[in-house]
Amino acid sequence: MKKLLLATTATALMAGAAFADGHAKEVKLGIILGFTGPIESITPMMADGAELAMKEVSDSGMLLDGAKVTPVRADSTCVDAAAATAAAERLITSDGVKGIMGADCSGVTGAILANVALPNGVVMISPSATSPGLSTAEDDGLFFRTAPSDARQGVVMTEVLMEQGIKSVAVTYTNNDYGKGLADAFQAAFEEAGGEVTISASHEDGKADYSAEVGALAAAGGDRLVVAGYVDQGGSGIVRAALDTGAFDTFHFPDGMISAKLVENFGSEIDGSTGQHPGTDSPGAAKFAEMAGDAFDATSPFSPESYDAAALIMLAMQAAGSMESSDYKAKVMEVANAPGEQIFPGELAKALEILKNGGDIDYVGASAVELIGPGESAGNYREVMYEGGEEKTAKYR
Amino acid sequence: MDVLNALVAFANFVLIPGTAYGAQLALGALGVTLIYGILRFSNFAHGDTMAFGTMFVILVTWGFQSAGISAGPVPTALLALPFGIAACALFLLATDKVVYKFYRRERVKPVVFVMVSLGVMFVMNGLVRLIIGPGDQRFADGERFIIAVRDFREMTGLREGLAIKTTQGITVITAVIVVALLFWFLNKTRTGKSMRAFSDNEDLALLSGINPERVVMYTWLIVAALATIAGTLYGLDKSFKPFTYFQLLLPIFAAAIVGGLGNPLGAIAGGFVIAFSEVLITYAYKKVFGYILPEALQPDGLAQLLSTDYKFAVSFVILIAVLLFKPTGLFKGQSV
Repeated sequence: MKKLLLATTATALMAGAAFADGHAKEVKLGIILGFTGPIESITPMMADGAELAMKEVSDSGMLLDGAKVTPVRADSTCVDAAAATAAAERLITSDGVKGIMGADCSGVTGAILANVALPNGVVMISPSATSPGLSTAEDDGLFFRTAPSDARQGVVMTEVLMEQGIKSVAVTYTNNDYGKGLADAFQAAFEEAGGEVTISASHEDGKADYSAEVGALAAAGGDRLVVAGYVDQGGSGIVRAALDTGAFDTFHFPDGMISAKLVENFGSEIDGSTGQHPGTDSPGAAKFAEMAGDAFDATSPFSPESYDAAALIMLAMQAAGSMESSDYKAKVMEVANAPGEQIFPGELAKALEILKNGGDIDYVGASAVELIGPGESAGNYREVMYEGGEEKTAKYR
Repeated sequence: MDVLNALVAFANFVLIPGTAYGAQLALGALGVTLIYGILRFSNFAHGDTMAFGTMFVILVTWGFQSAGISAGPVPTALLALPFGIAACALFLLATDKVVYKFYRRERVKPVVFVMVSLGVMFVMNGLVRLIIGPGDQRFADGERFIIAVRDFREMTGLREGLAIKTTQGITVITAVIVVALLFWFLNKTRTGKSMRAFSDNEDLALLSGINPERVVMYTWLIVAALATIAGTLYGLDKSFKPFTYFQLLLPIFAAAIVGGLGNPLGAIAGGFVIAFSEVLITYAYKKVFGYILPEALQPDGLAQLLSTDYKFAVSFVILIAVLLFKPTGLFKGQSV
């Protein structure tokens, strides 16, 4: 019996070694995004962005001496933590992915990190999870994001408002992780800068009537109303009621509200309002759009961030000379930041070459990546203003 | 002057929105209460009946708009209203024939009826989404305001503004007309009287030769009219979205029960009680107090009794209190 056991183990070991050897030239990367659910309209372009980077690296034949990169897609559903965890589990245990590009929404990203990535020791880089809570989540150095934390958006909002001389605002937020996280981050930043938040009240999406909310906001007063909600949901209802009752004339809109729909709904009624959403004028974005061509819409939200997330995983592998998460996780910050040669989209082959020869790179990519603190994007924002019924770019910061 | 400012601020943020919302709830609750009083079950499909009727109004409105027909300063949807009511009535009568009639003949318990209406609700829910889609639809046109904030400030020289939307005005006026018509119908006409007789005592009514099928038919017709009008007014004032109409069911039932199920007067009172309790208790009185109180007494905080997060809790606390102390509702309806 003992012999049989030994023999079996030996065979299994050898088979395993042979298996690993045969696939040394293939690196599988997981793409886990909400292909069904509330953000299903933007996830296909995000996955396309990530796969573009993988194809570029595969075609160059430079990664780890000619390894091919194969993407494996899985559905995070954006809202169902159990389904997302199961999908990630499958990617790691049955598909054997070496890194995960994802997940997308903050809630499922935290669930996958805690339940799957951490126990299995696999690196994950999210292109779009923005909750400030993820900055302090336990991650063993495995979790990064190419999207900025909403704590950063709170600071940017404060700067925009302060520059306009707005010292007192009322805040209303949609009652979920995104709205609450952003409203709290903003309030902390704004008060630290010497501003006053007269009231911070939540609103439920899809409700029958918002006059009670607007009544309270109006009574509290303020120079401007900050609406941290969704344009397709209660956010527009609040703005409508605030305009109709004359409670507020101008507003400030964070990323959830900025959309063509906002202008369509309110036109010139919101003239003088401001807002901001993640965006950059770095040359990388244009190069990325050029590379994508007609294959997919490269300006779709978080598509550039997805390209960058996938690129960072592969560049870190090259820098570490290994496709194992435990080896390359320490290299992610190194390749993303200075010093070194700046790398834009389409230059991944050059970057791999430099890394192979022991050089340094500073990955800029499509979204001007600069990783700070616990491995999250420093965040570039596009400040917008509304004039004559149109949305205009004020500047980038 | 300060007292005037306080009054205007109060009217702008509490009185006017509360009155319009109350009128919308009251019309919805009237439909629920009629069905409960005459057909003797709680109709869970009422919110979706409103959505169904409103959907037809919107489709006809779009037709009118593209044909260049408009009603001048008032919304075109008012012209389309009769078509919506007709379509909704046809649908309700068909539902009654196909679904409810069978259970009525079987003389099933009211709770079975409630479950049946739940099924009807899901079907209507799906139909509305299939035909017009789950998204927001905007169909309001005409003048937006009777009085706009800026005009009011210029007119009066007050610091506080007052806005009355056209839709709010229309809502209240229409509600008054509809309620007056309904009471005249119930109290003065032969059919109305037979409906009330049927509601008071079914067996006695049958013995005195009242045709039950006729009563049922008229009830559905009136319910279709009430639901379509309530839904259209609500859609004009806010916006049309099938999911929101489904959610309207809760405040509408709360209104009907608070007022006393089966009692039309109670439904109207209940609608306003629910609407105003939501707004009054969660309103921050800082501004109003700021105008009328001497400086020493002015509140530092917002002077808000409850945060707006709790506005639904408020209506349900009132509902529970009424059920505990006056199970038949404020206006002596049938006990639940």
